[in-house]
Amino acid sequence: MATKASRSAARIMMAPAVVLLLGWMLVPLIMTLYFSFKRYLPLRGDSLDRGLDWVGFDNYVRFISSSSFWPSVQTTLVMVGGVLIITVVLGILLAMLLDQPFFGQGVVRILVIAPFFVMPTVSALVWKNMMMDPVNGVLSHLWRFFGAEPVSWLSDVPLGSIVLIVSWQWLPFATLILLTAIQSLDSEQLEAAEMDGAPPLRRFWHIVLPHLSRAITIVILIQTIFLLSIFAEIFVTTGGAFGTRTLTYLIFQRVIDSQNIGLGSAGGVYAIILANIVAIFLMRIVGKNLDK
Amino acid sequence: MARAISPRRKLITTAAAWTIALIIFFPIFWTILTSFKTEAQAINDPPLFFNFDWTLENYSVVQERSDYMRFLWNSVIIAGGSTLLGILIAVPAAWSMAFVPSRRTKDILLWMLSTKMLPAVGVLYPISLLFVEFNLLDTRIGLVVVLMLINLPIIVWMLYTYFREIPGEILEAARMDGATLKEEILYVLTPMAIPGIASTVLLNFILAWNEAFWTLNLTAANAAPLTAFIASYSSPEGLFFAKLSAASTMAIAPILILGWFSQKQLVRGLTFGAVK
Repeated sequence: MATKASRSAARIMMAPAVVLLLGWMLVPLIMTLYFSFKRYLPLRGDSLDRGLDWVGFDNYVRFISSSSFWPSVQTTLVMVGGVLIITVVLGILLAMLLDQPFFGQGVVRILVIAPFFVMPTVSALVWKNMMMDPVNGVLSHLWRFFGAEPVSWLSDVPLGSIVLIVSWQWLPFATLILLTAIQSLDSEQLEAAEMDGAPPLRRFWHIVLPHLSRAITIVILIQTIFLLSIFAEIFVTTGGAFGTRTLTYLIFQRVIDSQNIGLGSAGGVYAIILANIVAIFLMRIVGKNLDK
Repeated sequence: MARAISPRRKLITTAAAWTIALIIFFPIFWTILTSFKTEAQAINDPPLFFNFDWTLENYSVVQERSDYMRFLWNSVIIAGGSTLLGILIAVPAAWSMAFVPSRRTKDILLWMLSTKMLPAVGVLYPISLLFVEFNLLDTRIGLVVVLMLINLPIIVWMLYTYFREIPGEILEAARMDGATLKEEILYVLTPMAIPGIASTVLLNFILAWNEAFWTLNLTAANAAPLTAFIASYSSPEGLFFAKLSAASTMAIAPILILGWFSQKQLVRGLTFGAVK
């Protein structure tokens, strides 16, 4: 079917997208790599016009040996891991609940999915003020109602608070994808197991969970990629203070606040490598799916 | 096929599902509700639910004080412009990959996806430098281009999965009936492709609307969209709950409505066709 003419036409049709993305990927990447080997402090008079000093792997070594590096890695892991555990576990439970027949399914679905459409700056600020404010927040009212001392969330449990906010944003995503996967489960298989007297927990463990494993993997991989670059939620709540500085935020501060471009670029290269390790796994799964 | 469900079980499920849904939705509900209160009512103890004097004052104050419409307009231009530009570039690409696949099609698709994985912060400085160089800092056109580029892989992917579902036999049938290539594209393929294109437009408009790294870092006064407008509320001044609520409600309302229409396409678009 595909003739030579249509092949070359196809190539021309693809060209703009490919060229643009190639440029978008390579140009900044090469610049970041270049800066990462240079001493570049614009505030101390370094400028591109006069040329930058080559410092070898100095920036890479300094980025890793700085006292804020390991805490930021730890914060990143806690944040990404915490959100993943919360969203996947609650997502599975919620998806199984929503898969049951009940009244008002359409409306419930709409309510559950809504947080995903709220822009990150809004959800962070709404939670910070309307929910978590130590005096006037809804949670403080709730705490007082039950006779407990209100918590000042963002200064007492800052990391936990951000995990809560981000989980609220991503739970709909996990739920929706897991629900889609559950709905494709063959109900006859479950019925057969039920008739054979398998208790609910065993049915879940041996039939539902294996069926969901692929969807769970995809949820974890996609969320990890987005969660590694969480920015706005930290920017408008704690600004990276109180131990909420992730790797992404540390790099942001190096580049923007301290204007140490070389050091920040070396950090950027680490972040790119980290994201690529996750991406490789995601690509494998998506790629396999393409062959079908 | 369908099992008989006891009415009691259905009622229990209904209660549980609604309770959880209302808890999840509560912050949004509370924000919308608070936007109609006065500042004093907004921090009343105990919290007021419906027994207060509803007012629209916050909305007019937010518009007057910070010129909300300008940010809204920026959001519309940036999200709409980047989506349309992306579609223009992606349709031919996805089209040729779906209908004239070659051995490298799969690799190209996966490579495109991989550009999406590049952490933005890793290239923040180079991009700002290029923006300064080309006078794009704090311009809408600059953000249109950047958001188009970060969403282009998703647009190509979504369109590709939709186009691939158009059966090739229909094309052959049209050709047998003597349709020219132009007629084939205009009268046969386009009508079949429009639903897929529409869903892609919708989802990418939402993603661009909510993007909050580049919009915060590459804009100042002129081109700032709603994400940046809301971020300016992060340093509170006096009583501001009701105004924050009004501003937030205005920023999310358009997209909540669009989002509810797009929820079916969401799964496909965000999992790159891996979960359907």
